[in-house]
Amino acid sequence: MVYNIKVDYFSINIIKKAVIILKDINNIIYLDNAATTKLSPAVREAMEPYLDELYGNASSLYSLGRKSAAALENSRARIAEAIGADPREVYFTSGGSESDNWAIKGAKHLMEKQGKRHIISSVFEHHAVLNVLESLEKSGFEITYLPVYKNGVVEISDLEKAIRPDTGLVTIMYVNNEIGTIQPVTEIGGICRSRGILFHTDAVQAIGSVPVDVKAINADFLTLSGHKIHAMKGVGILYVNKRIRISPFIEGGAQESGLRAGTENIAGIVGLAEGVCRAVGGMEEKHARLMPLRDKIYREIMKMERVHLNGELERRVPCCLNFSFEGVEGEALLLQLDLAGICCSSGSACTSGSLDPSHVLLSLGLPHEIAHGSLRISMSEYTTEAEIDRFLEVLPGVVDKLRKMSPLWENIIKNS
Amino acid sequence: MIYSEKVLENFANPLNVGEIENADGIGEVGNEKCGDIMKMYLKIQNNIIEDVKFKTFGCGAAIATSSIATEMIKGKSIDQALKLTNKAVVEALDGLPAAKVHCSVLAEQAVKSAIADYYKRQGVDPVPIVGEIEDHCDGQCN
Ligand SMILES: Cc1ncc(COP(=O)(O)O)c(C=O)c1O
Repeated sequence: MVYNIKVDYFSINIIKKAVIILKDINNIIYLDNAATTKLSPAVREAMEPYLDELYGNASSLYSLGRKSAAALENSRARIAEAIGADPREVYFTSGGSESDNWAIKGAKHLMEKQGKRHIISSVFEHHAVLNVLESLEKSGFEITYLPVYKNGVVEISDLEKAIRPDTGLVTIMYVNNEIGTIQPVTEIGGICRSRGILFHTDAVQAIGSVPVDVKAINADFLTLSGHKIHAMKGVGILYVNKRIRISPFIEGGAQESGLRAGTENIAGIVGLAEGVCRAVGGMEEKHARLMPLRDKIYREIMKMERVHLNGELERRVPCCLNFSFEGVEGEALLLQLDLAGICCSSGSACTSGSLDPSHVLLSLGLPHEIAHGSLRISMSEYTTEAEIDRFLEVLPGVVDKLRKMSPLWENIIKNS
Repeated sequence: MIYSEKVLENFANPLNVGEIENADGIGEVGNEKCGDIMKMYLKIQNNIIEDVKFKTFGCGAAIATSSIATEMIKGKSIDQALKLTNKAVVEALDGLPAAKVHCSVLAEQAVKSAIADYYKRQGVDPVPIVGEIEDHCDGQCN
């Protein structure tokens, strides 16, 4: 047989480009794991049968359907065990944003029945919390946003002062996604439980980095998302304490006890369960491996001129650091790092899609110009020391290059 | 938000970065609170911009617009340089994301501000020639 393969200039160029892109992707140093993570091989393997032959609808009665239903309930049980919950308390959702929405809007209905109209949160929550609270404010609820100060942690005394007789919900994240600081959720949960106040915590950035036990935290609602723990985007859970009867979030079929309708994403859910179990089971090992890397990054970066750590070092997860470099703008820093194949993120205005730098950085009391120069480095279990070394080798040169062309830096040096 | 190849090219290898000693005109626009400052230096002889350099604190688009705008006025007469519009800067970069168009305005204003400074140094009132420099940014980041 004769194959007639025509390779013209055009297709050669396409092949060349594809090879370059593949090479680039393989060489990428990915330090943006707080944005999203790569799928782990174990998660992919767990999901595979449900992407292929086990495609049944979990509501169907024949065996193909029953296999999906079994996988669904098995995943629910695995996640429940990993976070100290009862399987009946775990509801599958489309991710962190939906879970945050459901928890707060569900709590709103419960509060209305009790005649309560006050909610306590913090100034640096994720927008999936803040924007829901803002819309509740418009419908007559009052919200107190606790400050987080320079160290990026809420104060228990502020919470106690903020509580009123009509406080019905406290929603405070477990770990902040931009700076990585850990909030005192166990104390907060204890206070809420003793005062009869519902407590929701967004633990999207916490799972796999700090212990997540819904009983120890006294959580009434808890949010998790798959794509931050090497599972799929678009899948997550809301934990709802079984003493609470939450209102439905999506009406339709009888899935998720009739509270969240829609044919279940079995493959995504199986992968989520694998991801949660791996994150929880591998926490100590990850901690032991990432702590020295985190300390190395901190040590080396703090040797540079006029750089600040955003949020305190002590109450912080091992995988995340956030710095501000005076005299440079964060987006330019990101793009420079990207040219060297390194992925990070920034809270500068240019990257937040508005004219203001991120609300998280401003909440720490940073002046705008310092917040504009921020850089978040977030690692995962796959981050290697060689990658960190390469990053630390590239960074000072990049900062220096941008400072050399910065009139702001010129002024800073002149005035010092 | 996606940058064009042209923007990335001008960001990665910006032209005309630096200062000019004994410059004939220096303009600065923007402010640190908003995250963009552009400073331009001109060397002018016989009404011709013999040399131009810039220093910019800002995002990728701010650096790219500074690079291309300085390139566009280099070797040109003052009159030609004053005709540089932000639209021309955007076109030369094969477009800018909507949120970044203000960087091209800043680049246009930086050129005008440097030329105004040149006239001031000559003892000429720049306003009738250059117009008011529209440094819209009030530092409020509204
Ligand atoms: C703290 C926090 N909450 C919620 C979310 C939203 O989760 P998802 O992307 O699954 O909707 C994220 C991530 O973007 C997050 O970091």
